[in-house]
Amino acid sequence: MKVSSEPLWWAFFGAGGALSALCLPALLFLLALAMPLGWIEAPGYEAARDLVHHPLARLFLFALISLSLLHWSHRFRYTLYDGLQLKHLESLIVVFCYGGAIIGSAFTAFVLWQL
Amino acid sequence: MSRPGPKQHPMSHATRYRKYHPKLYRTRMPIFWWVRRWTHVRFITRELTSVFVAFYAIELLFLLWTLTLGQEAYDDFLAWLQTPLALALNTIAFLMILYHSITWFNLAPKALVVRVGEVRIPPVAIAGLNYAGWVVLSAALAWFILSA
Repeated sequence: MKVSSEPLWWAFFGAGGALSALCLPALLFLLALAMPLGWIEAPGYEAARDLVHHPLARLFLFALISLSLLHWSHRFRYTLYDGLQLKHLESLIVVFCYGGAIIGSAFTAFVLWQL
Repeated sequence: MSRPGPKQHPMSHATRYRKYHPKLYRTRMPIFWWVRRWTHVRFITRELTSVFVAFYAIELLFLLWTLTLGQEAYDDFLAWLQTPLALALNTIAFLMILYHSITWFNLAPKALVVRVGEVRIPPVAIAGLNYAGWVVLSAALAWFILSA
């Protein structure tokens, strides 16, 4: 029997869906709306670096970003199948979606390592 | 459901991945099948929230990247966030991610059936726990960011 990798991708999809649903609204609202609009003050460069310096903060950010990307991979893959009926481009879509998330996660690890 | 037959919607592309087989009857679906019904539009909207989840994950990654590049890159990125384009994109992303959160928490009880002994924990309680966790985590993140 061929072992399917589907459960693994589904697990990433689920974990990423939950983590992004819990954390992204607050982060986006604060960092991308409230701060640019001047409702709250954005931290300066050094303060922002200090904020993400703790290993646990960096681990959290890695999990959040990579799982959010993997959540997108799995869901968007099926959106393309169902919404645009692109099942015939399956291998291209799989490489684009999961490959994109894997490259994004590797870059995230690289960035967080340097911080 | 009134789905149009092939005569009203000729679909030349559909033959590309379905070989013609006279024994099998296949109805042809128009590519924008989902715009015909409100529930389908909601379904596709929910599925498309993942694009905005990825969008913000990448934006967050860029913000962190600028922290490794230096003060100037960081300040430039903060300045970009204040442009009308960035604010418009982030507003749309915020609404779509909110929709993702709400639909996710509402579906959680269906994916997660928890039993204590013989008793099934009521779905409302599981959804409620999700929303409570959302509030607590959002407050914790806000506290953490504002402490800088």
